[in-house]
Amino acid sequence: MNSTAASVGFQYRNRADQHEAALTGMWLFLATEVLFFGGLLFCFVVGRHANPLAFDAAARETALWAGTVNTVLLLTSSLAYAAGIVFMRAGNSRRLMHCCWPALALGGAFIALKFGVEWPGDIAQHLFPAAASFKIGGALEGGARLFFVFYFVSTGLHGLHMLIGVALVIWIMLRARRGEFSAHYHTPVVMVGLYWSFVDIVWLTLYPMIYLVGRG
Amino acid sequence: MTLLPSASANAPEVDRLLWALLAISLAVLALVFALLLRYITRYRANSPINRGVESKKSWIFESVWTGATLLIFLGLFVWGANLYVRMFNPPQDALRIYVVAKQWMWKVEHPSGQREINALHIPLNRAIQLIMTSEDVIHDFSVPAFRIKHDVLPGRYETLGFTATRAGTYPLYCTQFCGVNHSMMTGEVVALPPAQFAAWLARNPVADDLVGEGRTLYMRYGCSGCHARGAEVPTVRAPPLEGLYGRAVPLNDGVTVMADDRYLHDSIVSPGAQIVAGYQDLMPSYAGQISEEDLLKLVSYVKSLSAKSP
Amino acid sequence: MSAETADIKIPAAAIDRSYLHDGTSLKSWLLTTDHKRIAILYFASITAFFFLGGAAAALVRLNLVTPQGLLGSPETYNRLFTLHGVVMVWFFLVPAVPVTLGNFIIPLMIGARDLAFPRLNLFSWYLFMLGGAITLWALFIGGVDTGWTFYTPLSTAYSKGHVALAAVGIFVAGFSSIATGLNFIITIHRLRAPGLTWYRLPVFIWSMYSLSVLLVLATPVLAITLLLMLLERLFHIGVFDPAVGGDPLLFQHLFWFYSHPAVYMMILPGFGVVSEIIPAFARRPIFGYKFLVWASVTIAVLSFFVWGHHMFVAGTSVYSAVLFSILSYLVAVPSAIKVFNWLGTLHKGYIHFDAPMLYALGFIGLFTIGGVTGLWVAALAADVHLTQTYFVVAHFHYIMVGGMVSAYFGGLHYWWPKITGRMYPEAWARIAALVMFIGFNLTFFPQFILGYLGMPRRYATYAPEFQVLNVLSSAGSTILAAAYLLPLAYLIWSLLHGKRAPQNPWRATGLEWQTPSPPPTVNFIATPHVTQGPYAYAPPAEEPPPREAHE
Repeated sequence: MNSTAASVGFQYRNRADQHEAALTGMWLFLATEVLFFGGLLFCFVVGRHANPLAFDAAARETALWAGTVNTVLLLTSSLAYAAGIVFMRAGNSRRLMHCCWPALALGGAFIALKFGVEWPGDIAQHLFPAAASFKIGGALEGGARLFFVFYFVSTGLHGLHMLIGVALVIWIMLRARRGEFSAHYHTPVVMVGLYWSFVDIVWLTLYPMIYLVGRG
Repeated sequence: MTLLPSASANAPEVDRLLWALLAISLAVLALVFALLLRYITRYRANSPINRGVESKKSWIFESVWTGATLLIFLGLFVWGANLYVRMFNPPQDALRIYVVAKQWMWKVEHPSGQREINALHIPLNRAIQLIMTSEDVIHDFSVPAFRIKHDVLPGRYETLGFTATRAGTYPLYCTQFCGVNHSMMTGEVVALPPAQFAAWLARNPVADDLVGEGRTLYMRYGCSGCHARGAEVPTVRAPPLEGLYGRAVPLNDGVTVMADDRYLHDSIVSPGAQIVAGYQDLMPSYAGQISEEDLLKLVSYVKSLSAKSP
Repeated sequence: MSAETADIKIPAAAIDRSYLHDGTSLKSWLLTTDHKRIAILYFASITAFFFLGGAAAALVRLNLVTPQGLLGSPETYNRLFTLHGVVMVWFFLVPAVPVTLGNFIIPLMIGARDLAFPRLNLFSWYLFMLGGAITLWALFIGGVDTGWTFYTPLSTAYSKGHVALAAVGIFVAGFSSIATGLNFIITIHRLRAPGLTWYRLPVFIWSMYSLSVLLVLATPVLAITLLLMLLERLFHIGVFDPAVGGDPLLFQHLFWFYSHPAVYMMILPGFGVVSEIIPAFARRPIFGYKFLVWASVTIAVLSFFVWGHHMFVAGTSVYSAVLFSILSYLVAVPSAIKVFNWLGTLHKGYIHFDAPMLYALGFIGLFTIGGVTGLWVAALAADVHLTQTYFVVAHFHYIMVGGMVSAYFGGLHYWWPKITGRMYPEAWARIAALVMFIGFNLTFFPQFILGYLGMPRRYATYAPEFQVLNVLSSAGSTILAAAYLLPLAYLIWSLLHGKRAPQNPWRATGLEWQTPSPPPTVNFIATPHVTQGPYAYAPPAEEPPPREAHE
């Protein structure tokens, strides 16, 4: 029990206090993330308002199948991790490990599909906005390039959050294997869960904006 | 405040507002500093004065001065906003002069074709409307003697209206930081009595006026191939331009826009953004192919078509 | 109390030794998680940035002594004022009070042993230093010549300076701000001593709380804006580029959505510091505590809705300008309330004129001038004439330097005995405060007139008729520079030779004065229990014998 006892900071009255503080801190951090992505989405809305036809034409060039498969992968990954948290609350750290493996695999599959298949496909199709030759020409070229600026920036930033999330899940697994978590102390497990769900929510905003709206 | 000439119709009104602001500021500062000095002398620690009992009910004081402050502020707001909104509504018969800014000079084109660099000649007592755009970064057209200032943006038209009321030569500044030689991007505005202005125009003869130059460009870029009407044009591919300026245009996404200078400019640069109802998105973009100076000639020509429309 | 309290072990050494003596190795400083030591690390960095930004300002004023520009090249001048702006805004004004005084004092004031997340606190210092190093690197290998506002498309397509690198540095430092704000909010929510209810919190804590909300909510918008600007510069295409249907004004909207709240990030801590000093030296409870507190909160909320007043001539719609104008007047009301509350506190007080009080009184005067001139630029038609001129430069320096920097120095002197365990030399400190006040007004007051006459800001060269006022301003700046060097000298001197500070040299009421100077690592040997509101100052007759002399 020594290692867990040491993990209560001397500025807290007790562990429950520290748990609350850490979780509130995580929520606040996610609020900053909302503003971060919010700024990006605001730019998207403004860009779309100014170039509606070009944005629609560009959206039709996105790989709908890849986006849809990724949505399923990510939601399932979160579900697995959320189940792990429930087990951990009951003190079952072995079951947490069982849940982390699929969460990790599905998250990894998302990243592989996004950056290993979808992005190279887009670039091969001349959809990279800064490339000299661009697939969509004529009057809509400028606006369509703008759409793909958003596409690459937003999916890139989301992918970066996914990579961090995968690293966090691995970190949770390493700590769980060392037996650091118990029914009493599992704050990091819950915090990573909050983060992983947030990454989900960002994707659930990006998915319709990128793949669906323009096809409507 | 006499050091700065007050040379436009707008200037005395802005100055009145500034005087009022100065008076209110001095009153507030006098009150604050008087209270401050009185309290720190009267209530210094070793002052033997009897402080009496503590005053209570601070919320009455708070509410009174909050309310008073709010009222004064609202008055200032209404005054400043009213004047500002009027500055943005120039009369219909204003003389329209085009200004193109680039690093680091001002290029002016008069409707009759005269060109100037880093100078602007205008007639007195006539409403002027500047239609301004930039070829590169954001600049700002500022004439302190007229109390006017407006940013000049790349890729769009901004307008600035004023009426000069006193003859003279006044400094013109770029007041939006625009790169290395920002502080050299200055010039002068010369306000002339109407007769002298006419003489100035006559002294600077031009081959063709803005509309004429625009007509030449219109032919050169082959605009009439799609936009013209008549026997020689077999199929209608683009909307007619006659009578377009100043009219409401229905777009194919259900929105209606006003065909002003900015609309004409944008329709040449990014035609795909606003498609007229009933037409297809066929026109190529001319962004980067026609300079801002040529664009405004084209816009002038298209505007001139409205006068002749049936 | 839970049974788990027993888990929390405090090393014996940390109880009776001052935090300054709890380890002396370099490692004990660079890897410390003690909020007090981190505050000291920040003090060192902030001071360096302040003098760097100040040196740039001095060169700017030197250039403007002659109409042709003494430095010869406009390029050099442009880089200098950009350096001044970038360093002062992001590496001094926004962080200064929170990361130094806030970091040190917040836990002490609320009776806590540390901030909620001590390791995050240390991490944010490293982020700050990393961001600072990157930005300085950019500024020194050739510089940036866009102004601190980075307006597009100048910054994305035309500037030849190291814009991208500077933006990366600010981006990194922004995350340091977010971490600090987050830490403060959670600390104030969860670590208050027993009995310390919200309405018993000192005004300083409330203003730190409001500031933290701004840091946490506005900074991410700056981060994404800089990122988009950076990518546009690197790839030559982006959302602010009109050539592809983007909008350069969008950058300004996003930038000011951060940067206007940033102005309040700078001044709210100043309000907090002054609200501590004035009651302590007037020996009176603060006047209208709840009004002051809610004024801070109102300012924080409203500050998110006034960014458009930076764009009255930028080409936004007339209606939005009207809306932003009225909102700007509304946000000025709570600031006005505060001035009258401070005056109300002086009324019937027993006023002592120690150096912190001189700075606080200077703050009231200069902030009021900055505030009333804010009314000028909020009035739309007046702003059209005054914006982008030296009037605006003078206006925001009255708020930032006259207000915030005065408050910073006031707070620094006020808490110096607590932080270092030494008294500063009082006579020197009073002289510095007076000289600073005089030098400041000489430097910046002429700029109001220059602005009315139409002299544009950011001009390396200017018309000869503006020279007299410019020379006056530059002369004032030499006095101001000397005034800033004085505290640097005597405060360092006091570290070695100053009188030992008693626990509570000002007989002030805050919890931070109920522990030794300098405090032990754990802050409080026994957690204090709070039974009354702040500022329970009584007339001298009812007080214990006078404080120890320290002059």
